[in-house]
Amino acid sequence: MSPHDAHADAGNAKRPQATASNLVTGIRGSSVPDDPRFGYALHLGDNALVLAQRLGEWVGHAPELEEDLAFANIALDLIGQARYLFSYAAQLEGRGRSEDDLAFRRDPGDFMNLNLVEQPNRDFGYTIVRQFLFAAWQLELFQCLQTSRETRLAELAAKALKETRYHWRFSAGWLVRLGDGTQESHRRVQDALDDLWRFTHELFTPGDIDQAATHAELAPNVATLRTPWLARVEPVLQEGTLIRPADVTHAWHGKQGRHSEHLGHLLVGMQYLQRTYPGAQW
Amino acid sequence: MTLQKQWPIFEVFVRARAGLEHKHVGSIHAADARMAIEHARDAYTRRQEGVSLWVVRSADIVASDPDDADALFEPAKDKIYRHPTFYTIPDEVKNL
Repeated sequence: MSPHDAHADAGNAKRPQATASNLVTGIRGSSVPDDPRFGYALHLGDNALVLAQRLGEWVGHAPELEEDLAFANIALDLIGQARYLFSYAAQLEGRGRSEDDLAFRRDPGDFMNLNLVEQPNRDFGYTIVRQFLFAAWQLELFQCLQTSRETRLAELAAKALKETRYHWRFSAGWLVRLGDGTQESHRRVQDALDDLWRFTHELFTPGDIDQAATHAELAPNVATLRTPWLARVEPVLQEGTLIRPADVTHAWHGKQGRHSEHLGHLLVGMQYLQRTYPGAQW
Repeated sequence: MTLQKQWPIFEVFVRARAGLEHKHVGSIHAADARMAIEHARDAYTRRQEGVSLWVVRSADIVASDPDDADALFEPAKDKIYRHPTFYTIPDEVKNL
């Protein structure tokens, strides 16, 4: 078992394994009827929120003021997506929870985000690679979701697609610049790519949530996104003189609430205020 | 690793609406033209300030020398007849 495998399961060994029924409610033991829309909205919302929080960590620390702004802008786009999805999920659930409750009052095991987005920033290049891989995936996903039979998801996709095109443009531009830049910058983004590539397997491996959503004709089968995603990603890697890492078929289970230890630390910071002063407003 | 030189400065011009001219709004640092557009977008249009952007390297702008200000601009001061203020405008003319 590699150290990363250990991380993936840390903190989850003692937890009851998430099942399809408690996944879609987000609360174990809840009596809410299974609605595939709820779990799917949480999954997409958690992706956006967790990545936004990561990007927010750069504020005040980015190498240039302009990049500080860029990361903050992308983070705000993602928070907008998360808010939309959490409001929608809360409405579907109909148990009086608000978007804030979903964001700030759930435990790591109840977060359904991809393992990719919770990975730490490490350095600027690493952050760019993570954004690049994720934005490319979001682009393919949102293009399909625009025609979802669920209008709320279709509306979100249409709006988010425009934002994501910019995230893609921004991160792809930087990836080429760093990859085809100095020896140091090339080494750093190649290392980041080598490290993060294994998390992309989860992007295209349907979990319970995806399967339920696909079955209900809400969302595409994520496995079908892989070919267009690669077609989008590979030319940029080439332009940046970067080598596509070998595929790793390790099964990540972020979508089932099993996370690396990084998510817990991220949530401690993000949720501190609402956990300490529940319902605080300002 | 040697310390990188600071990125060059670009001047940013924003067109607020279709039909209006681009107006100078400020400047940003960027390594190249593409990055300059992205930085300008993030810094100057995130509150719906515009629909089009121009960026130009500050170094490419030819500016008048402040020391020449008197020679260049002073002579215009006493030539108020260059302002079209001596015409009476007929009432029928609305958009002047």
